[in-house]
Order: sequence, then C-alpha cells, then structure tokens
Amino acid sequence: MLKCTSACAGCSDSLALRYVLKAAGPDTVMVVPACCTSVIQGIYPNTAFNVPVYNIAFGAAAACASGMSNAFRAEGKKTNVIVYAGDGGTLDIGIQAMSGAFERGTDFLYICYDNEAYGNTGMQRSGGTPMGAKTTTTPTGKTDAKKDIDAIVAAHDPPYMATACAAYPQDIFKKVQKALTFRGPTFLHILAPCPPGWRYPTEKTVEMGKLAVKSGMWVLYEREYGKVTIGPQSKVAMKKPIPLEDYLSPQGRFKGIDPKIVEILKQRITKNFQRLAAEEEASA
Amino acid sequence: MSSSRERLAMSRPKEGAAGQTGSWRVFKPVVDREKCNACGLCAMYCPDGVIDEDLNIDLRFCKGCGICANECPKKAIAMVREEK
Repeated sequence: MLKCTSACAGCSDSLALRYVLKAAGPDTVMVVPACCTSVIQGIYPNTAFNVPVYNIAFGAAAACASGMSNAFRAEGKKTNVIVYAGDGGTLDIGIQAMSGAFERGTDFLYICYDNEAYGNTGMQRSGGTPMGAKTTTTPTGKTDAKKDIDAIVAAHDPPYMATACAAYPQDIFKKVQKALTFRGPTFLHILAPCPPGWRYPTEKTVEMGKLAVKSGMWVLYEREYGKVTIGPQSKVAMKKPIPLEDYLSPQGRFKGIDPKIVEILKQRITKNFQRLAAEEEASA
Repeated sequence: MSSSRERLAMSRPKEGAAGQTGSWRVFKPVVDREKCNACGLCAMYCPDGVIDEDLNIDLRFCKGCGICANECPKKAIAMVREEK
C-alpha cells in the first residue's frame, strides 16, 4: 500500500488495509467488489496499491476469487488470493457467492470490513447496521438487529475464521498471517469505524473501535477447526464491560436513541457473550 | 509486458495516486520533540501511513484527521489550524 489514497480523513478501512497488505506480502492478488476500497485506490491511470487488484461487480467477488485461486493452484503457484469486501458486499449482495466459495472449499481469504452501512454511496442501511442506528434510509433508527454473519460463516465450517477491529492493527496483522497459512477458505471480519457515516470527529476512529470492543458491541475471537478462542481484549470486556452509553453517545448515528432499544442491545451483548463463552468452554 | 496488455485499462502503482491530499487538511499536526518518547503509536495508527520510522510526518499527503494527536500517550502532537 502506497502513501496517499483517496480515502476520507481518519478512515479505518485504509488503516486496516495497510496491515492486511503488510501481512500478506507481495505474492498476493486482491479481489475487490464495489465498496469504499474500489474508490480509495486512487484515480486512473494510477493506483495506491502495489499488488494486483481486480475490481469486480458487487455480487461476484467470491466467485471470481474461486476461479483465480483454482487457476493459481493448477499452475502450482502459492499466490494468496484475498477478497476485500465491505459489509454490503458480504452480508447482503455478495452472500450467495461467498457461501458458494466456502462450500466448494476454495483456498482463499475472505475479508469483510464492516462499517455497518453502505458508506461509499452515502450511508444507506445494510444488513450490518446495528439496531437503533440512523442511516440515510433509516432516519428514525433501524428497527432490525444486525445480521450475525460470523455464525453464518461458522456454519460452513471453514478451517479458520476470526473477528478483528481496526483499532487493534497488530491483531489484524497476526490474524491475516495466520489465516493465510491454512489451505481452504478462511474468513476475517473487521469492524471499521467510519467517521462521516457514524458521525463522530475524525480523530476518534481508533478510540471508537476500542470502545466497541470494551463495551462488548464487538467481540474479538478466533475459530480454528471449530475451536473458539476469545481474544484477551474481549475477555476483559466480558468480565467488566464499560457502559454501552459510552460507546453510543459520541456517535451522531445513535443520537436520540430509544432507551428501550439500548436495553435490547444490552441484552443481546450479554447473550452473545454467554453464547461465545459456552462455545469456548465446549470446544476446549 | 505485451502490447495487447498495454491497451487494457489498467492502473499502475504510484505514490500520490489521489493527488496531493495534504490540501484537504484543516488542522496540521505539529510534533513537540521535547515531549515525544518515540513510542511509534502515531505511525502505527496513521490510516495513510504518512509517518515514517523517524516519526516525521509527510505533510504533502497528511489529511489532518488527528488520530495521531488523539492517540499519543504523551500528548506530544498538537493540531494547529492551517493558515491560508
């Protein structure tokens, strides 16, 4: 990744991407569906990426990567194939291609960076938007819960999957390196706070990511051949979470949120923690 | 590279692919070297990677987001309004 992308100031996507590309090394190809990353590459005839990137239609990223991966393996090459898709391209539009690729056992890494809405087109609601968040298409706050894509991917039983957060770049680096050592489909879900979309000042990006983990809205864990390991940051959050309001109040998208919805979110956090702790216990 | 390849609409890697993004900046980071203990957290968290190993900020490309100033444990970076 070279200096100067056309990402917004304070973009956590470009922060995460720096570490993904650093971990993956030069023998890598990227497949990018329509998302912020297809924009931040810069303006033709230049690009800020120093690895080959294939920009493809929204729903086709994983299908394209399947073909690429098979072609590389047929030639006997070990080139890493990485799909770098947004939450819209994973949770909503790209889900059938992704599910197909996981089912076929394609040797690739699928990374979903989740800014919890369609950021590139002006923050429309996606399947990843949490309950109560305002977007341009849900001006009074979303009424439905966030889709649990990690559970959907886990149902495909991939050799490795993990969640990460852009506020912990070293964690992303380690998880990408680890994921690329596996043969077969691997999945990484990165929470990427978005200053213009979540409506907070640009300097708070890293702080917001950390608050998400500390409050339990985002849980860091790995699943390796079905064995769940919860990350140390989330272990701390499980024992002693910070109040959820500390995470919600700095964000403009949760302004004037209904206290009932905050209660539902809190219940979901507790339930999620209990579920993962039980899974960790059961798989240990 | 063959000539048929050349005709494809293909972008090539170049530093500054989006122009001089430093012009977007409203606030400029100024490092106080007295307070700085060279921990490198600013370089780690910079989304655009414009802070090098010696912790010099490349102001041609810095967009002035202020993450470095916010995350600095010693509060050695101040955000100063750009003068026109």
